[in-house]
Amino acid sequence: MLDKLINFASWFFVTGDPLIYGADVAIVVTVIAIVFALTYFKKWGWLWREWLTTVDHKRVGIMYIVSALLMLFRGGFDALMLRTQLSFPDMKFLSPEHYNQVFTTHGVIMILFMAMPLMFGLFNIAVPLQIGARDVAFPFLNALSFWLFFFGAMLFNMSFVIGGSADAGWLSYPPLSEMTGSPGVGEDFYIWGVQISGIGSLMTGINFIATIVKMRAPGMSWSRMPMFTWSVLASCIAIIAAFPVLTVTLALLFVDRYLGAHIFTMDGGGNAMMYVNLIWMWGHPEVYIVVLPAFGVYSEVVATFSKKRLFGYASMVFAMMAISVVSYYTWLHHFFTMGSGANVNTFFAISTMIISIPTGVKIFNWLFTMYRGRLSFPTPMLWTIAFIPCFVIGGMTGVMLSVAPADFQFHNSYFLIAHFHQVLIGGAVFGYFAGLFYWWPKIFGFKLNETIGKWAFWVWNIGFYVCFMPQYVVGLDGMTRRISTYGWDKGWWGLNFASTVGGFLMGIGFLFLVWQIAHSIKFMEMDTTGDPWGGRTLEWSIPSPAPLYNFATTPIVTDRDEWWEEKQRMAAGKAEKKRQELSPIHMPKNSAIPFLQAICWFTAGFGLVFHWLWIAIPGFLGVAATLLAHSFNYDTDYYISVDEIKRREAAARRTV
Amino acid sequence: MAHSADHTHHIVHEDGHHDLEELRKFGFWLFLITDCILFSVLFATFAVLKNSTAGGPGPKDIIEMPGVIAETFILLTSSFTSGLAVLAMNNGSRKGLIGWLAVTILLGACFIGLEASEFLKLVSEGHTIRTSAFLSGFFTLVGTHGLHVSVGFFWILALILQLSRHGITPVTVRKVQITSLYWHFLDAVWIFVFSIVYLMGVI
Repeated sequence: MLDKLINFASWFFVTGDPLIYGADVAIVVTVIAIVFALTYFKKWGWLWREWLTTVDHKRVGIMYIVSALLMLFRGGFDALMLRTQLSFPDMKFLSPEHYNQVFTTHGVIMILFMAMPLMFGLFNIAVPLQIGARDVAFPFLNALSFWLFFFGAMLFNMSFVIGGSADAGWLSYPPLSEMTGSPGVGEDFYIWGVQISGIGSLMTGINFIATIVKMRAPGMSWSRMPMFTWSVLASCIAIIAAFPVLTVTLALLFVDRYLGAHIFTMDGGGNAMMYVNLIWMWGHPEVYIVVLPAFGVYSEVVATFSKKRLFGYASMVFAMMAISVVSYYTWLHHFFTMGSGANVNTFFAISTMIISIPTGVKIFNWLFTMYRGRLSFPTPMLWTIAFIPCFVIGGMTGVMLSVAPADFQFHNSYFLIAHFHQVLIGGAVFGYFAGLFYWWPKIFGFKLNETIGKWAFWVWNIGFYVCFMPQYVVGLDGMTRRISTYGWDKGWWGLNFASTVGGFLMGIGFLFLVWQIAHSIKFMEMDTTGDPWGGRTLEWSIPSPAPLYNFATTPIVTDRDEWWEEKQRMAAGKAEKKRQELSPIHMPKNSAIPFLQAICWFTAGFGLVFHWLWIAIPGFLGVAATLLAHSFNYDTDYYISVDEIKRREAAARRTV
Repeated sequence: MAHSADHTHHIVHEDGHHDLEELRKFGFWLFLITDCILFSVLFATFAVLKNSTAGGPGPKDIIEMPGVIAETFILLTSSFTSGLAVLAMNNGSRKGLIGWLAVTILLGACFIGLEASEFLKLVSEGHTIRTSAFLSGFFTLVGTHGLHVSVGFFWILALILQLSRHGITPVTVRKVQITSLYWHFLDAVWIFVFSIVYLMGVI
C-alpha cells in the first residue's frame, strides 16, 4: 500500500529537478503565509465579501491586474531561465526537455495569462467610467469571466509541480501534441487551462460589446465616444469572431487525445494542417485583440499630455475597425513555408501588407496630435513615446516577414522571435503599462511615484533594445527558435550573451516597477482632485477612487472630449450644465456563484486532465448546479437610496 | 402617501428591468453569433475530413435516411411548437405557454433519443469515433449539435419550473424569448447538418 502511494506520488508530482523542489517549497511557504495572514488579521470575511463575491467592475478590474502582474512575474522568470540557458554555448542549466516546457509555458502565460488579463483589467476599469455607465452590461457574467480566467490560469500553472508541463510550444501543434507525441498530462493541462480561461475571454467580449453599444451616457453618439472605448469595441468584435475557433480547436484536440479520434492525427485520415490553420485563425486575430486596446490607451494618453484633441479621430476609428476585420484574413502568414502554394501565399502576403496601412495611419495621428501640443512627460506619456519607434521597427520587420519568398529565410528564426517580441512588448505591454499608470489614481485614489517609475521606464527600455536587437542579427545568422543549446563553432555567442544581459535588465526594470508600487502604497500621495492629469474624458469628472455606483447622476454628453469641454465651459464662467436629480440607483447584488462555478470548471478540467471521471463528472454536475442556482435566483439586485448617495458623495467630495 | 411613494418606486423598478431585459436579449444575440462561428468551424472540419475514411465506412455505408428524416421532422415541429409557446405567452396564457414548452422539450427529447440510438447502433457495428477521420468529424459535429439540444432541454425544463412559480413577468418573458431564439437557432443548424452531413453524404 505504501509502495503504491509512493509510486503514485512520484508520478503525480514533478520530481527530480532542484529548481522544481525549490518552487515546491516556495509555493507551500507562500500558501501557509497567506492563510496565516488572513486568519491572523481576521480577513477571511473581508476577502469573501469584498473580493471573491464582488460583481463591481472596478474590483474585477483590480483582480485582473493583480493576477496579470503575478503572471508577468512567472512568465518573466521563465524568460530569464531561457536566456540563462542560451547565454553561453553548451550550457547545462536546463535539460532540453525542461527547456521545451519553459518556452511553452513562457509563451502561453505571457499571451493568455498576462497580456489578456492586463487588457481586461483596463477594459473593466476604464470603459464603464469613460462612457458614463454604472457598470458593465452583465456584471455577474463579468465576475464569472474573471474567475474562469483565474482558475484556468491556475490549472495551467499547476502543471509545473503536478504531472508535468506542456512542452509542444505555445500553440501545441499536432502531431507532437497528440497522444503519440506527448503521452503525458502536460498537453491536457494546456488544453483545459486555455479552454476554461478562453470561455471567460469570449464572455468578456460579449459583455463589453453590449456595454459599449447599449450603455453609453445620453448624448454620447458614436462620434463622441472616447478612443479607448472604440479600441475596446474593435478588440471585442475580434474576440467574438476568433475565440469560438479556439474553443472548437482545443476541444477537437482533446477529443483526439481522450477518445482516440483522428481529426488531427497522422493516421486514420486525420489532417494536422487543419489544426495549424484553425489555431492561427484564432491566433492571428488574437495578437490584434491584445494590441488594439493598447492603441486606444496611447490615443488617450497622447491627447491628455499634449493638451490637444486627438488628431484624425475618424481616421483612427476607421483604422481600428479595418484592423479588426482584416486581422481575420492574414492567418496563413504564420506558415508560408508549409506548402500552401504560391497563389494562397500571395493572397495572405498582400492582406498582411494591407493591415500595416491602417497601423501606419495611427502612428501619424499620434505624431500629429503631439505636433504643436503643450507636451508634458509623466510616465504614461514616456511609455507612449517609447512605443512609437519601437512599434515602427517591429512593424517594418513584420512587413519584411510578410514577403512570402523572403519569409522562407526568416521563418522560425530568431528574426521572427525578435519581431513578435518587439510588437507585443513594444506594442501591447508598453500600452498596458501606460494605461496602468494613467488610470492608477482613478482606481486606487493615489498616484504612483514618478521618479521610480522613470527608473523603471529607462531600465526596461534599454534592456528591451539590448535584449531583442541582437536577436534580429542572430536570426539572420541562422539561429532557429526553440533550440535549447548551440556550439561555440556557430558564432552566435556574443549576440546571445548581449541578449541575455538585456533580458536581465528588463528583469531589473520589473523590480523597479514592483518597488514603485510598494513605495507608492507606503507613502500614499492621495489624488484629491479626481483629475490628476488634466484629463479629457468622463472618468476624470468623478472622485478618485471612483464611488461604488460610479456616477451619482448620469452625465449628459454634448461633446467629444466631454470633461475637457466642461472644464472650458466652467472656466469661461458658463454655468455648469444642469444635471439630473438624484434618484435611487439600481445595483447588482454580490454573488458567490461565479467563484463557485469557476471552481467546478477547474475541478472538471483537472479530472479530465488525469482522465479521472470520478473527479470530472462531479465537476460538471457542479457547473450545471451553479448555472441552475443562478437561473432560479430572482433576488439579484438592490437600490442605493438617495440619502446613501448624498452621504457617499459628501464623503468623497470632502477631500476635493 | 406611503403607498404612492411605493408605487412610484415600483414603476422605476419595472422600467429599469425593461431596459435590462432588452440588454440581455442583445447579449444573447451576440452569444448566438459566437455559437454560429463555433458550428462553422465544426462544419469546415467535417468538410475537410469527410473523404478521409481510412478504409473504414463512408457516409453511404452508415447513413440510414428514415431515422434522420424522422429526427428532422421532430425537430422542425418542436421549433414550431416553441413558436406557439411564445404566441401563448404574448396572449398572456401561462397554461398555454407551459404546455407548448413541455411539448417542445418532449419533441427535443425524442430527437435526442433517436440520435443516441443512431450513434449506439453505429458503435455497436464497430463504427466508432476512432475508426476514421470521417467518423471523428461526423461524431463531433452531429454530437455537438445533440449536446446543444440536450442543454436546451434542461434549460427549458428549468424555465417551466420558474414559470409555474413566478408566472409571466418581464424576467420570465425575456427568458422564454431567449430560449426560443436558442431553439430556433439549433433548428437552423440542424438544417445544415441534415443537408451537408446526411443529404450530401448519401447522394
